[in-house]
Amino acid sequence: MKLFNLDPDVKVLLPDGSTRQLLDYLLPSALLMVAALLLVTSMFVPYWSMTMTAPQYPKGLKVDVYVTHLAGDVREIDELNHYLGMPPLDEGGQWERSIAPFALAALGLLLAAGVFVHNQWAALLALPVLGYPLVFLADLWIILYQYGHSIDPNSALGGAIDPFTPPLWGEGKVGQFGTIANWEFGLWLACGAAAVVLLALWFHRAAYKPIVDARRAVAGGRLSATSSR
Amino acid sequence: MKKHLLSVGLALMLILSACGQQPKATPSAGGGLPADAAAVAQERGLTPDDIYAAVKTYMPSGQTDPYIMISSGGQSGQVYVIGVPSMRILKEIAVFTPQSWQGYGYGGSGDAVLASGFMPDGSEIKWGDTHHPNISETNGEYDGEFAFINDKANARLAVISLKDFETKQIVKNPNTISDHGGAFVTPNTEYVVEGPQYGVPLGWEYAPIEAYADQYRGLITFWKFDRVAGRVDPSQSFQIELPPYWQDLCDAGKLVSDGWFFCNSFNTELATGGVEAGQPPFEAGTTKNDTDYLHIFNWKKAAEVFQAGKTETINGMAVISLQTAIDEGLLFFAPEPKSPHGADVTPGGEYIIVGGKLDPHVTVYSFAKIQAAIQAGGLQTDQYGVPVIPLDQVMEAQVELGLGPLHTVFDDKGYAYTSLFLDSAVARWTLGGPYDEKNPEDGWTLVQKLPVQYNIGHITAAEGDTASPDGQYVVALNKWSIDRFANIGPLMPQNFQLVDISRTGDQMKVLYDMPIGMAEPHYAQMIKADKLKAWQVYPEIGWNPETNSVDPNAITSEEEARVERNGSEVEIWMSVIRSHYKPERIDLQQGDHVVWHLTSLERTPDATHGFALSGYNINLSLEPGETQTIEFTANQSGTFTYYCTEFCSALHLEMMGYLTIKP
Repeated sequence: MKLFNLDPDVKVLLPDGSTRQLLDYLLPSALLMVAALLLVTSMFVPYWSMTMTAPQYPKGLKVDVYVTHLAGDVREIDELNHYLGMPPLDEGGQWERSIAPFALAALGLLLAAGVFVHNQWAALLALPVLGYPLVFLADLWIILYQYGHSIDPNSALGGAIDPFTPPLWGEGKVGQFGTIANWEFGLWLACGAAAVVLLALWFHRAAYKPIVDARRAVAGGRLSATSSR
Repeated sequence: MKKHLLSVGLALMLILSACGQQPKATPSAGGGLPADAAAVAQERGLTPDDIYAAVKTYMPSGQTDPYIMISSGGQSGQVYVIGVPSMRILKEIAVFTPQSWQGYGYGGSGDAVLASGFMPDGSEIKWGDTHHPNISETNGEYDGEFAFINDKANARLAVISLKDFETKQIVKNPNTISDHGGAFVTPNTEYVVEGPQYGVPLGWEYAPIEAYADQYRGLITFWKFDRVAGRVDPSQSFQIELPPYWQDLCDAGKLVSDGWFFCNSFNTELATGGVEAGQPPFEAGTTKNDTDYLHIFNWKKAAEVFQAGKTETINGMAVISLQTAIDEGLLFFAPEPKSPHGADVTPGGEYIIVGGKLDPHVTVYSFAKIQAAIQAGGLQTDQYGVPVIPLDQVMEAQVELGLGPLHTVFDDKGYAYTSLFLDSAVARWTLGGPYDEKNPEDGWTLVQKLPVQYNIGHITAAEGDTASPDGQYVVALNKWSIDRFANIGPLMPQNFQLVDISRTGDQMKVLYDMPIGMAEPHYAQMIKADKLKAWQVYPEIGWNPETNSVDPNAITSEEEARVERNGSEVEIWMSVIRSHYKPERIDLQQGDHVVWHLTSLERTPDATHGFALSGYNINLSLEPGETQTIEFTANQSGTFTYYCTEFCSALHLEMMGYLTIKP
């Protein structure tokens, strides 16, 4: 796959004496860095949101979930939820939010490390990034589950509702409130990062497998040469 | 060719965008009424004019008015906020009279504001008679930050913040007992002017009425406004002693006449009444002369005279004596016919219009001619030594409008609108000079007299007394309604009539009748709604509207709510949020002195809570984020309840608590 050629005179010399274009090696590294950048950027935009609509809230109420914090009408939603005996929104996922910047930085560093690992183990370094969006959603589901299953029976209306799990995605209904759960840009960035990593790994393999193979071939040739001597 | 293509493209875009915006089920514009609406119109016998008026004023749910009228509330002592053109009343602002909805005068912060306006000896004043609201101005344009209003009944001035539409300050004028020519602001709200009304002895002392000419005086007050503090500063304010001529309405010069101030008067006769003693009653005594005096003040020079210390201090106020005012050239008179009303400055500041009241003309004074006459000097004086400029030297025009011309406002097309009390009409007439070319008619001519129902007093127009009036609407503030509304007893509502002035010539139309059934308002001003930048909720939790900052006794969470007792001194920090107070139980001993701080932890628009303490005359309005403090001695023992008086939630009735006071 030749997108374009950086400089035809600059080539990478493989152990078996064959040459390949420089771009073949720059591309997977660049893609890994792009994925890292996407991950870091995702820290600054919401991953998930819950919008609540009701007649007396013409503009609706919305909470934006970032990996580091909550934003939006948290105060008012908590105020309403206290009638149902639900814990404050901020209580769920506190540990996750506290480690999120470090975790994402670590994921980014793993990707950066992948740039320097020129064999199949690079895939292992990238694996956490591939799993990251799923981990996020799974954790969010647990938080939402706990949230809907921690109803204080002594609250005003706590006795009147059954435990429930707010949906991860899509519409729901609580009292006069319609709820719409949405995946926001941050989560898409994380998914995008995973996709870019997959692409990077494909190019990584395309670039380094010939080197590994060539190394093996050369090593094999040397071995056979020695034995025949 | 290119141009043609371009215009075809633009036309296409317009059509496309118009299609995109076409709401469902809209009748084609100009295609007549939808059948069901036409049937209603026919059934009700509505004329095309009625339908025009209805369409012009109807405000669909969820749409807001382009203009907001800040209206005097007359004897209610309050101020009304009204949307135009829908004429929907939006709010009554409590100003001089306690008002329980806003918790104003029932234990909360309004008590201190009201108390600051009590009589000099501390006697309580329980009401006010608000006359002339003025919105703060920058460069002669409403800036929408503050409003001011006078209390004619007790000579007081109030400052209202248009951030929260609450009264922040009341100042009592210590040297007079009634005012009328206020509140009027100078073009950058340097001063809020409180013109006098009935003459009283200087310093508001006792003097027999027989000493009227010698000891009784008029008094104009220039209250210095500190925009940063949002308060008038009495220590930087000054007054000017005047002859006891019963000065009436005023207006500040602007643009070319900036620095000058104009008031009319109506008792140059020095009538002192006494109908019971065989004297002519005031109504006759004050109307004997053919002319009274337009008062012409050089307020910028007066401010310099005050700064130079050429004043005497009377009851704590700096007063420029009449003699000093004459010597320093601060005050001039010009004759005005006859027992006039209203002195209104044209948008560019070139002319002052005085309504004749008992004279069918408005008299137009030229500011340039006034200046020329003052420069020329050699003026005769009145009996108090004030220079009088002959009318023919300063008059630009006299326009005969009809009977009882009172007040004049302006539009953007060079028309002036004068209320005609006796003719019960609005007169539209043309300004001359620089305004002449703005409309088809000749200058200084009556164009139309529109009957209004009935007995119009003041008149207001959209931004109609600023340097750039908007036109569009005039509101006639009619004193009588007689047959306009269903009969609900002898005390009848006033009638605010909305008038369409959007078309030139004799096309003014009455659009809407709005009953005011709370009091009899006087003047009003109409500001573009988008100039108002009011808060929806207070900026921070714990906001004290009185100090305009976070209250040191505010709490920011329920965890901080507590009761502290020190002997018989009890201090309570209470949180207020849907749908509970914390604490909900408070035990006191009879005789305890209680200081009770309440903070609304709400941040949601309209999530207002009340706080009523039964039996103790306490009711507060705690708007989102607001902190207030009440203080009382628990004199009555027994079991009391406190509860929320503003329906806040489905569990509003449950928002209560018990205050038990042990004997």
